[in-house]
Amino acid sequence: MKFFKKIYLKGMNRLGKFSKTDSGESILSVILAILAGILVGFLLMLIFVPRDAFGGLGIILTGAFQKGNESFGNFLYYASPLIVTGLSVGFAFKTGLFNIGATGQFTVGGFAAILVGVRWVSLPPTFHWVVAVLIAILVGAFWGLIPGLLKAFFNVHEVVSTIMLNYTAMYLVVLGVKKLVFNQDYSESLSVTSAAVIPKMGLDWLFPDSSVSGGFFLAIIAVIIIYIVLEKTTFGFQLKAVGYNKDAAKYAGINEKLNIIYSMLIAGGLSGLAGAIVFLSKSGAHISTTYSLMTQGFDGIAVALLGLSHPIGVFASGLFFGYIKNSGFYLQSLSFSKEVIGIIVATIIYFSALAMLFRNLVKKIFAKYGNSKGDDL
Amino acid sequence: MDLVIGEFMEYVVEMLNITKDFPGIRANDNITLQVKKGEIHALLGENGAGKSTLMSILFGLYQANSGTIKVQGKEVNIKNPNDANDMHIGMVHQHFKLVHNFTVAQNIVLGKEDVKHGFLNMDIAIEKIKNLSDQYKFNIDPNSLISDISVGMQQRVEILKMLYRDAEILIFDEPTAVLTPQEIEELMHIMKTMTKEGKSVILITHKLKEIKAVADRCSVLRKGKYIGTVSVKNTSIEKMAEMMVGRKVLFNVVKQDIKLGETILKVENLNMHNRDGKQVLKDVSFDVKAGEILCVAGIEGNGQNDLVEAITGLNPHYKGKISIHDHDITHYSIRKRTLTGMGHIPEDRHRHGLVLDFNLGENMILQSYFDKEFQNYGFLKFQAITDHTNDLIERFDIRSGRGEKTTARSMSGGNQQKAIVAREFDRNPDLMIAVQPTRGLDVGAIEYIHKQLVKLREENKAILLISLELDEVMSVSDRIVVMYEGEIVANVYPDVVTENELGLYMSGSKRGDM
Repeated sequence: MKFFKKIYLKGMNRLGKFSKTDSGESILSVILAILAGILVGFLLMLIFVPRDAFGGLGIILTGAFQKGNESFGNFLYYASPLIVTGLSVGFAFKTGLFNIGATGQFTVGGFAAILVGVRWVSLPPTFHWVVAVLIAILVGAFWGLIPGLLKAFFNVHEVVSTIMLNYTAMYLVVLGVKKLVFNQDYSESLSVTSAAVIPKMGLDWLFPDSSVSGGFFLAIIAVIIIYIVLEKTTFGFQLKAVGYNKDAAKYAGINEKLNIIYSMLIAGGLSGLAGAIVFLSKSGAHISTTYSLMTQGFDGIAVALLGLSHPIGVFASGLFFGYIKNSGFYLQSLSFSKEVIGIIVATIIYFSALAMLFRNLVKKIFAKYGNSKGDDL
Repeated sequence: MDLVIGEFMEYVVEMLNITKDFPGIRANDNITLQVKKGEIHALLGENGAGKSTLMSILFGLYQANSGTIKVQGKEVNIKNPNDANDMHIGMVHQHFKLVHNFTVAQNIVLGKEDVKHGFLNMDIAIEKIKNLSDQYKFNIDPNSLISDISVGMQQRVEILKMLYRDAEILIFDEPTAVLTPQEIEELMHIMKTMTKEGKSVILITHKLKEIKAVADRCSVLRKGKYIGTVSVKNTSIEKMAEMMVGRKVLFNVVKQDIKLGETILKVENLNMHNRDGKQVLKDVSFDVKAGEILCVAGIEGNGQNDLVEAITGLNPHYKGKISIHDHDITHYSIRKRTLTGMGHIPEDRHRHGLVLDFNLGENMILQSYFDKEFQNYGFLKFQAITDHTNDLIERFDIRSGRGEKTTARSMSGGNQQKAIVAREFDRNPDLMIAVQPTRGLDVGAIEYIHKQLVKLREENKAILLISLELDEVMSVSDRIVVMYEGEIVANVYPDVVTENELGLYMSGSKRGDM
């Protein structure tokens, strides 16, 4: 007994010390938030279908391993676009902008990818998907540029302009699909040619039968590039200076207007990339011609919040969200209705995004542990 | 029996052997503070000495780890500000806690509203506020909006808030930091009136002159420890400063005579309008020579800030000509001006001087991150930044918990200012613009900044000092120009002008020969 108590105290002291560093406090509060989210999800399952609640909890926790390689691959498939939209929102956050427009940028990017994928069949097949991805990034960046310009030169708040642009994007894209790439039988966009599908890059060998594609690698590359830009370059230094303190940046001779524009341009490009990852896949993602906003961009906000806007954090939280979404798919094997699954997944996700609320709790839990005096226990 | 009670009642507040620990630091170490009824008791100490912590314990914002508190002779347990309120303890915080789009009266009753049939009844409150305002000559209209009244008036609203709640013990946290000299005088008068009515005042400050002017007794804290309590009448300012800092403090700035060099900064016919179309600079012309400290004196808001914004390029909307070394910089960007040889210690170190969420190292390269020394093809050279920061930390004696990695936000005000001074001085500019560089700093830090400015002067640099503190103006400068309503109304030398005369220039009652 004494032995276990000693180990427990030692562990708590370690965590306590960790909790007193800046990043330690953040990371611990994120973990607490996730646990709370799963707990609330579990309570919901208890309310909806009590007899399946424990089974449901098991599936949520082990979703990626339900069907071996296939389910694990699908988990990565769900995570890829979430990581990239999270990166888009998080990057803008870091530079002091709230990019609610990820959804609109995602939509136009995805449409551009489909358009290239369906129409530009004369391209050499090897490069077809590359061109489609690049065009998606450019179009998404353009969609981010508009609120950037409005903010920099006319001080229009980006929240207002990006929300309006989300709707503009939705109507424009529905119109575009109907006019240019319409599949009448299903009221949705046509499928892209196989050369335009992002290749599997060996993932089909690791995870046969799953939907995962090279898009996952594109997401990782995006994370690495954004990490380097933010943490290692003078450009990122400027962007962060403007984000943290616009006045001080101006004082230091940094052109804050230009940096706002760059920031939105890059955030838009990232969302466009996410659109390409989703719609250039074999599993048949299509843009339907119903008038509803796509949710991926909004998920990006939650991913960025949970990942504390840090590229590495966003990568981890994107994986987590993808994991939960993928698990939700397998919940169908129990007697949960599709809507309930949606509610449970959303609850876990959005509860987890409230990491900030758990900061004080972390402080309280570890207040006793890891102080300088308690070290020699 | 009466006599015994009388003796008990002598102290209205007693904080005995108070100790308070924060993670990693002991903010209060066995501190005792005893306040008599009807006195103004000053609590003196440098930034970070533990004054605010001690008062927060008395006001119920923190709980002490050990020690007892007695109010009116009774031992009490103050768990939160409401308890403090019930014991008639009130506090005016350094940063006011007012709702800007509420009226004066609405702010005062907030949390203690009179209600009639479930509806808000402001009439009683307004009547009471008017009476209080008359009693203390506050001259305040209960129906004006907070956003429409001056900072000095806002402070009076905070004081009224306490009086409205029948406070007997009033804590003022650095109340003069935001006030003009006239407002300070009026505030001191108000404090004295309150003590005459039998109320007791605890004044947290590090300004010795104010203590000398208004306080009866003074308790000194240093680095969380209690140093002693003295009678203000019988103690010299020098002695109190020594108690506070722990060593003798030089109040007089020692300057060598040096020959003035060539003209560094030349400002010609500067005119500027603000957003509302009001003219804030009128035909301002002056120059600063190498080896000269030119001080721009004046009451706050007479165009000094606009002048600085024009010269540094923060606000490029002006007419006129600005040159450095006969080099016309009128149309230069901020960055280009900085590189032409201009250093700038801004007035607001949190707004302009530092990126508070950056660490010290990042703040140290804020003006030079693009320099070849710190970047290679756009990639930051972290080793160079570390070396540079450690060098500055050592040379300028910047103290921070975790060295280069310390977040600027977590540093004390004095050390934040030292960091800015270090960054700007190290770039070795020919012209240094220092805007209220000692604002809100304690004696030790003020002495330090003044020394640095004088050192720069001896290196034959030109210094433009903007200051609201007459003491500073008189002791540091080589020449003084006074600004009044956007105009330069006097050009004088500190060894021939008196403080009184300067005051007349500053208030616009007199104009000098230019």
